[in-house]
Amino acid sequence: MSETAAPETAGYNFAYLDEQTKRMIRRAILKAVAIPGYQVPFASREMPLPYGWGTGGIQVTASIIGPDDTLKVIDQGADDTTNAVSIRRFFARTAGVATTEETTEASIIQTRHRIPETPLREDQIIVYQVPIPEPLRWLEPREAETRKMHALADYGPMYVRLYEDIAQYGRVTTAYDYPVLVNGRYLMKPSPIPKFDNPKMDMNPALQLFGAGREKRIYAVPPHTPVKSLDFADHPFTVEQWDECCAICGADGSFLDEVITDDRGGRMFVCSDTDYCRGRQIAKAAE
Amino acid sequence: MYVAVKGGEKAITAAHRLLAEARRGDPAVPELSLAQIDEQLALAVDRVMTEGSVYDRELAALAIKQARGDLVEAIFLLRAYRTTLPRLAVSEPIETGRAALCRRISATFKDVPGGQVLGPTFDYTHRLIDFALAAERDGATVSPPTPAPVAPEAMPRVSTLLGAEGLIEPNPDDEHAAPGDLTREPLTFPADRALRLQNLARGDEGYLLALGYSTQRGYGKNHPFAGEIRIGEVEVEIVPPELGFPVVIGEITVTECEMVNQFKGSESAPPQFTRGYGLAFGEAERKAMAMALVDRALRTEELGEEVTAPAQDQEFVLYHSDNVEASGFTQHLKLPHYVDFQAELNLVRRMRAEWQRPQAEAAE
Repeated sequence: MSETAAPETAGYNFAYLDEQTKRMIRRAILKAVAIPGYQVPFASREMPLPYGWGTGGIQVTASIIGPDDTLKVIDQGADDTTNAVSIRRFFARTAGVATTEETTEASIIQTRHRIPETPLREDQIIVYQVPIPEPLRWLEPREAETRKMHALADYGPMYVRLYEDIAQYGRVTTAYDYPVLVNGRYLMKPSPIPKFDNPKMDMNPALQLFGAGREKRIYAVPPHTPVKSLDFADHPFTVEQWDECCAICGADGSFLDEVITDDRGGRMFVCSDTDYCRGRQIAKAAE
Repeated sequence: MYVAVKGGEKAITAAHRLLAEARRGDPAVPELSLAQIDEQLALAVDRVMTEGSVYDRELAALAIKQARGDLVEAIFLLRAYRTTLPRLAVSEPIETGRAALCRRISATFKDVPGGQVLGPTFDYTHRLIDFALAAERDGATVSPPTPAPVAPEAMPRVSTLLGAEGLIEPNPDDEHAAPGDLTREPLTFPADRALRLQNLARGDEGYLLALGYSTQRGYGKNHPFAGEIRIGEVEVEIVPPELGFPVVIGEITVTECEMVNQFKGSESAPPQFTRGYGLAFGEAERKAMAMALVDRALRTEELGEEVTAPAQDQEFVLYHSDNVEASGFTQHLKLPHYVDFQAELNLVRRMRAEWQRPQAEAAE
């Protein structure tokens, strides 16, 4: 699937960013890895893709990718969503790297909103695109304040918010971007993945990097690091479940997308992770 | 049967072909040249250069052409190009006091040394659509008056005149302090004035206009007077390390606005006029004036006043001024969000089921 660098990118460096910028970003990544869950400010560059469309993830990927890497890009779990296609093409063009849709083939996986269902390995890096990195933002709009709260590990207000949810609705009403505590210290926003994916972050053997371009922050969860979704002893954290299973591959433990099939209430549920779904279909056909 | 939405790649390619066609428009109409854009849509070029942070008329004209006249898109194109450019040198501060002026007005004094020079301005035109322009008759232009050249020394800054009496706060004595660079370092708070001004200079004109306007309507009132507005050409100098003295590398046109604001004094400062400053590439008076109003509003805290209005709130103003950031994030809502939406859908369904259960039981 790899394309050779197109002539229009001839004047640009490997993977678009200049080497000085990559070094600056790598330094930020190293700091982020050293302080799991801590948001490291970095001098985010303007990218040729719009802010909010994955510029943070793209900069992180551009800084760590080498010619021998194999890149997978997903959006909503799928390789074929338009923005995933656009970002994959960007790297195929500017870095000439091999790309893949198979989770097991990839050395770097850039993602928006999902973690693949197939477990990741130690030799893989997953790069999350993050719109708003600050987990306390909806409680406190000021950056100067939230940085202080992190420094003091002053996370009481977040617990109060979760408690208020339970008191009012009998449950925590956060379905995605569910706050986690990393390595027992920093409160972190897992980028807006559904809370279904939160348990996958815990003790994951892969390196998890998070890039927020517009907000100019990088953070990380190193391999094998505890990531705990906030909860209470009497209200433990739970993930969403479906009464249905995937209409294509029959999976009953994967995150399902609801697809409306007609205007009379007809709908079906299919795996959001297209690679996982395809893998199961092939395995089924082989049986 | 549902078929997974494949073919995103093909769809994108096709969409871009359509865009190229739409950009060109009817091939029977002659294509715009960059020179035409530069010469006849000069103020659009000025805005794109200012907010795109690159002084290059040809590149800005190209960006406008490529963006089909969408200036925010053109600014984005220019910024994305700018970020890849190497930094060869840092210029000396430009000296607007020595600018070759084509316009200079002050609203604070009836006459000032050097006089008031209107220059090419929309002010005092009656905004009547000029149907004669639609005729596209070249040569129908009137020959402009030749302005008498004014020696820059003959036009001292109004703020300098006020400063002589101590009526206006002195400019801080940090001319040679290296300012921060928010394109190379992430913005942190509180931000100093140099960084704030950098942010405002790149900030969206419409946004600054609305914020500046809000201060005039009572949301953080600071009693401004347009002390001086100047538009002119200034020399840009660099000091090559091997030479050790400044060398002129070119001239740029800038618009500068110095607002003079009333100030009743505080514990830390005597009653005196305070300053708000605006600077933009090219002819961009609205932008420079709005910027000066917002600059003064953002100085609220350092002048010991109370922050009560949005325009005085650093984080609010500086985090939301950049139209490349704002446009991208607003429009990212177009991207698929169906995973998060599905998670919400599940939650709402379960909560609705729970809400309906007692109602149904009560009805039985």
